[in-house]
Amino acid sequence: MSYIAKIKEISEKILKNCTVEMVIGFRKGTVPLMNEPCFARTLDQVDQFVWDGNCGINLANYLADRKEKIGIVAKGCDSRNIVTHILENKIKREQLYIIGVPCLGMIDKRRIAQDFGDEIIAVEEDNGNVIVKGHEREKVYDKSAVLQENCAICIHRNPVIHDELVAEPVAEQADVDRYEDVRRIEAMAPDEKWAHFEEMLAPCIRCYACRNACPLCYCPTCFVDEHRPQWVNKGQDPVDVRTFHFLRAYHCAGRCTDCGACERVCPVGIPVRQFTKKLEKDARELFDWEAGLTLDKRPVLDFYKPNDPDEFIK
Amino acid sequence: MEHMGIEPGRIQFSWISSAESTKFVEVVNEVTAKVKELGPNQNFIKTEAKVA
Repeated sequence: MSYIAKIKEISEKILKNCTVEMVIGFRKGTVPLMNEPCFARTLDQVDQFVWDGNCGINLANYLADRKEKIGIVAKGCDSRNIVTHILENKIKREQLYIIGVPCLGMIDKRRIAQDFGDEIIAVEEDNGNVIVKGHEREKVYDKSAVLQENCAICIHRNPVIHDELVAEPVAEQADVDRYEDVRRIEAMAPDEKWAHFEEMLAPCIRCYACRNACPLCYCPTCFVDEHRPQWVNKGQDPVDVRTFHFLRAYHCAGRCTDCGACERVCPVGIPVRQFTKKLEKDARELFDWEAGLTLDKRPVLDFYKPNDPDEFIK
Repeated sequence: MEHMGIEPGRIQFSWISSAESTKFVEVVNEVTAKVKELGPNQNFIKTEAKVA
């Protein structure tokens, strides 16, 4: 049975027997390569559900502080963010019915758009191939070659927590070098680093899409929206832009699952993950911690161990 | 911070009890010396006029 048939079957079942009041999944977006979240409360809404390589949005984002019982379609990264939500008391495990989807990665729409050179009208997926149709041309891509960067280096494709899986777990990728780009920046001299990020952030229009798409960013008032005190100015000054990105990344330290939602939604294509990834790497190297893998351990910045690294403190 | 391009040594952390006055003096002297060596900070300075 295909993924989507199984997702629909489970969704119908749990809506019918009132296990949940709503199922969060994906439906076809209004433009190709972008599926949108879909909140199904009735059985006929379940029919809208789709599953393909364009479901990159992190659905855990819609769970924070919900009170009802919810069924949710979760890929590997979504499930890790659900775990983080549960640990941070944003939702209770009992409220959730998690429909786990073993994931083979999501398509990088930017990479296709850049290469295709025509307006994309329709996209189909077939057996590991992505067929892109435009006005005048048609092109077939190998899906594994057009994956989002974070999916290409993903090592947790299977949901870590689920009530039901829609298919057998997929093989996890081994031997991936997750931190090649972080190391490249680490090797730079301080002024090179500064210039690198200056250039990287130059196109930022501060639309805050990265923040809004991020399941970790659930503060009622974000520090950038605060007026009293105003932590950071709201304009396009490079200093303020940098403060925003840098502080946002810090708020995700030890929590980021590298789901890639921030990078995916950026309208100007800034590789936002470069900030969070450094922190993710540090969490892993200093504390041997990967966010959202288990409900049994407190998050790394949540507890103290006498042997925590402290060389930076004099 | 250093990953972003702030020079190593400009940011320092220490843990000093209110009773450790000598350590406080030592650390302050050390930090000042190090920062003086690095010179004035060139980053995080707004060049444009601040708009209210």
